[in-house]
Amino acid sequence: MSAVAASVTPGENPFAPSEFERRKASWARRKQWLLLVCCLMLVIPVVAILVYIFVRAAPILGPDYLWLNPANKGKEGGLWSPLIGTFYLVVGSLAVVAPVGVLAAIYLNEYAREGWFKRMVSITVTTLAGVPSIVHALFGLGAFVLGMLPAINRVLADPDNPVTRWQAGLLTASLTIAVMTLPVIITASREALSAVPHAFREACWNLGATRWQTIRTIVLPNSFGGILTGVILEICRAAGETAPILFTGATFFKFVADQGWGKYFPFHIGEPFMAMSMHLHVISSQISQMPEVMKFGCAAVLIGLILFVNSFAIVLRIWLRSRKRW
Amino acid sequence: MADNQYSKPRRSFNLLDKIERPTEWLVYLCGWSGILAVTAIFLFIFKEAAPMVPRLDWVQFFTSSRWIPAPGGDNPPSFGALALIAGTLSTTGLALIVAVPVGLGAAVYISEFAQGKVKETLKVLIEMLAAIPSIVWGFIGLMVLGPIIQNIFSAEPGSWWGRAMVFLHLASFETGAAQGTNLLTGGIVLALMSVPLIVSLSEDALRAVPDSFREAALALGANRWETVRRVLFPAARNGLLAACLLGMGRAIGETMAVLLAAGHSNRIPTVLTDPVRTMTATIAAEMGEAVHGSDHYRVLFILGIVLFVITCGINVASDLIIKGVKNQTQA
Repeated sequence: MSAVAASVTPGENPFAPSEFERRKASWARRKQWLLLVCCLMLVIPVVAILVYIFVRAAPILGPDYLWLNPANKGKEGGLWSPLIGTFYLVVGSLAVVAPVGVLAAIYLNEYAREGWFKRMVSITVTTLAGVPSIVHALFGLGAFVLGMLPAINRVLADPDNPVTRWQAGLLTASLTIAVMTLPVIITASREALSAVPHAFREACWNLGATRWQTIRTIVLPNSFGGILTGVILEICRAAGETAPILFTGATFFKFVADQGWGKYFPFHIGEPFMAMSMHLHVISSQISQMPEVMKFGCAAVLIGLILFVNSFAIVLRIWLRSRKRW
Repeated sequence: MADNQYSKPRRSFNLLDKIERPTEWLVYLCGWSGILAVTAIFLFIFKEAAPMVPRLDWVQFFTSSRWIPAPGGDNPPSFGALALIAGTLSTTGLALIVAVPVGLGAAVYISEFAQGKVKETLKVLIEMLAAIPSIVWGFIGLMVLGPIIQNIFSAEPGSWWGRAMVFLHLASFETGAAQGTNLLTGGIVLALMSVPLIVSLSEDALRAVPDSFREAALALGANRWETVRRVLFPAARNGLLAACLLGMGRAIGETMAVLLAAGHSNRIPTVLTDPVRTMTATIAAEMGEAVHGSDHYRVLFILGIVLFVITCGINVASDLIIKGVKNQTQA
């Protein structure tokens, strides 16, 4: 006791950090700031760019811009026909990929036994997620446009009347997008299914339910939110992709009626269609003397649309986490 | 009422239960969908490319940069993809140089330092970044970043900045960059595109490190940064490596963004602001004009096979790296 008292001069904190500790702490603080700067370097420029796009687009944004069809190669008018085309593309791809993807996730999470086969399926799903979109485009061209359409036409089309032949269009593009977005749905659904505790399933089996009854009444309802998140992410992806629909059905211009039923159901399933991403691609890089405001307007609408849909996924996830009971 | 319920078990006719067997078969079938899709992609692309595989001059394909797809005038068609491969490698390399440090830094900050609202906001913003489609990134490169970069890299001939640009290989001439869409713009855009992937995967890898590691480090007197540097980085090494690999895969396969933002000029870049053209952009730009069944058409499919093989290799490698970690920690 007395020895300690002797070594410390009165009035000085015996626990004060040494010079070495102070240097270490300030080094750590500086590193933390550096990491924060990394985050801000990501977020701030992008937010600034998005704001800039919306500001440049502001003069044209309005109900008419969404409601009118493009005119004069997109230099005038609005965005109705590409918007409705994107809508049908999303619906078409979702109709294919949602059931297949969810069932595949059920297989992987509920039925497959641990082993090389399950491992291989998982690897192919991640591989599929990494395949470049332009390769999906080539696949869509080879498989659906050149492989499937002639087969359909042999059955459906009148050989003497070329007008009845189906062309690359909504059907082929939707299938291409569906293959591309398959891993999005599978991964999200699988995560949602595996978040349901195993005890729930065991309880259900103990009551005499079969495997499928358990999945239908216990597992799926409890993972519905997570699956819905996957579906929303798929919508964002399908609405924004350009490369896969370049050669599989999207076109820059297709006549769409200004009123009547033709405005709401403009594209036959076997006809080329218009899409937002394709429209943005063509007006921003292919057509000379395009007014800048039209380019920025189209980009702003596409960004707004996707961020709007994507925000549902985020809200849904936060809501699900807040009401989680296990 | 309640008695009734117990004495007479409710027998409901439920169609969804009656079709149990067929549904289970359907589930098994869909389980194959991933394998089926990957196999079909390879087969169909290979089917279109196959007739050209024996005829293509492969040495020329990988060593020459003369890409003259259609015979015109006195030029015979020539398929030398070296400049396209160089374009892909240079944009991807530049993107990784920017994206890996920034992405890892952001992931460490979000996972280890940020708390509460800040953490949630940053995660949501990064997720939003990931949702922006590639054509919009291309548009940003073309219309927003391009003009800015052209302004920065321009100078009066003979001025100090012009001379510095030539000396530092930033531009070919003292007047600076000829156009706003070039290697630098494409690289920055690709970096912004691959960063969200790198951040979210690295964050997963860091979160997978058990808390006992952090507690042990703190108990030994390490501060937060030392814990990250000496404990978390080594422990999550494989996961972080896989994140960077997958980011690279994304950058290699990106199409629309580089088509619009990288300049589209078929030559090997020598300075930072040379316009370049990637393999993906070439397919996107030329497939529409290629005559169906022609040599040109089939060579574009061969480019597709090259891309497919590269990205598959990257994905399988990163999968093995991640799985390797899991086996180690379980053992």
